[in-house]
Amino acid sequence: MSVHRHHGGWVIATSFAVAITLALAPMPEWADRLRPQWVALVLIYWAMALPERVGVGVGWLVGILLDVARGTLLGQHGLALAVLAFVTHKSHMRLRVLPLWQQALTVLLFLLVYQLVIQWINGVSGYPPHDLWYLVPPFSSTLLWPWVFVVLRDLRRRLTVV
Amino acid sequence: MPKLKQTETKTIFMRGPSAGMRVLLFGLLSVILMTVDHRYIHLERTRGALSLVVLPLQQVVNAPSALVRWLADVLMTREELRRENSRLRQRNFLTTAQLQKLTVLEAENRRLRTLLDSAATIPQRAIIAELINVDDDPYRHRILVGKGTSHGVRVGQPVLDANGVVGQIMHVGPLTATAVLITDPSHALPVQVDRNGLRGLLVGSGRYDRLQLPHVPNNADVQVGDLLITSGLGGRFPRGYPVARVVSVEPDPGQPFARIAAQPTTELDRIREVLLLINEPLLAHDGEGPVAAPPEPDE
Repeated sequence: MSVHRHHGGWVIATSFAVAITLALAPMPEWADRLRPQWVALVLIYWAMALPERVGVGVGWLVGILLDVARGTLLGQHGLALAVLAFVTHKSHMRLRVLPLWQQALTVLLFLLVYQLVIQWINGVSGYPPHDLWYLVPPFSSTLLWPWVFVVLRDLRRRLTVV
Repeated sequence: MPKLKQTETKTIFMRGPSAGMRVLLFGLLSVILMTVDHRYIHLERTRGALSLVVLPLQQVVNAPSALVRWLADVLMTREELRRENSRLRQRNFLTTAQLQKLTVLEAENRRLRTLLDSAATIPQRAIIAELINVDDDPYRHRILVGKGTSHGVRVGQPVLDANGVVGQIMHVGPLTATAVLITDPSHALPVQVDRNGLRGLLVGSGRYDRLQLPHVPNNADVQVGDLLITSGLGGRFPRGYPVARVVSVEPDPGQPFARIAAQPTTELDRIREVLLLINEPLLAHDGEGPVAAPPEPDE
């Protein structure tokens, strides 16, 4: 990998740090159930915009950090985010040229896959979900996707992250 | 755009394994990690080291509430402080008076226990830790506290607060530790009914105000309002700490066991500071009898 061509890595790192912070921030209980999957959104954006820099490996690493921060099984979010990075990576060309609302629908699909992986692992490790509330975060995240997309895109352009 | 496309296609082909291979590789790695993490304790050190990386983020998350608390402390009026001081002094006076009685009882208890030749298991010290974060997964009752291995926290340590048992330490990092609450669905705690000594296992329900006491026969003597205390069996929790109060007993004639629900004596969704007990190893000082079993994760 030709490292000298890349710059602006700190923007990517900071965006992930902010996403993890948002994922940990305390919220009232009703809002907790709607909490967007911030880290997943940020990962989808970077895997789409800079697939040669942010891919499966970075997704996995961020996932491990998220596991440590949240005290979940080591590898749970790692696996889910690696899968998410993979599906985004596979379709990043198509994803880029879609209008924003169609992009958001694709993101919803990806996030549902992500949530499914998380819930599978929860089920296997003895925390089967009691109700269907776990389906809500992908939808609330999708509503935020256009906003996340525009903010990160502008950041990327202004700070020339390549 | 076409130019961009070309360079990217090229880079994709230039990098070693394909994305598909990578996801398989990392997927496999994750499964191995999860299995090891779930069943064994080998990853505790890794988790501890990595927890230092995310600690700044957790502190950022905690900063607003810490600031509010600090402001509340700073902006307290003199009058309020004086009132609180006198209230605390009064309470201190009462507690000290009760403590005198306790010291006598403790000495008597120890003497009697020596007569009976059994080991006294009175915890010696406790560490006070502040709550830093709560797991946002509604099905998983975990808290992060601000003390770690550098303060002497160990895996398996009982966590209490002023009103009763809170949970136990699950992961320890150098500066922080994760505790699982007694209401977590994966947690079980050996208890007994304070009134008659009936033993049972108190299982978390996933709700902060409910615990279940399964496998108690329909005709067992458990009544609404009974206090459940730790029984000390299992060697993890010291004996005699209040855990919960029975709130409903429903004998079910069609089933061998009654349905019994209890409410924790402490409000687990309101805790802010906890006590981590430093247990003297059970039976360690008389040098006879079986050595206390090594702590095993309850999960």
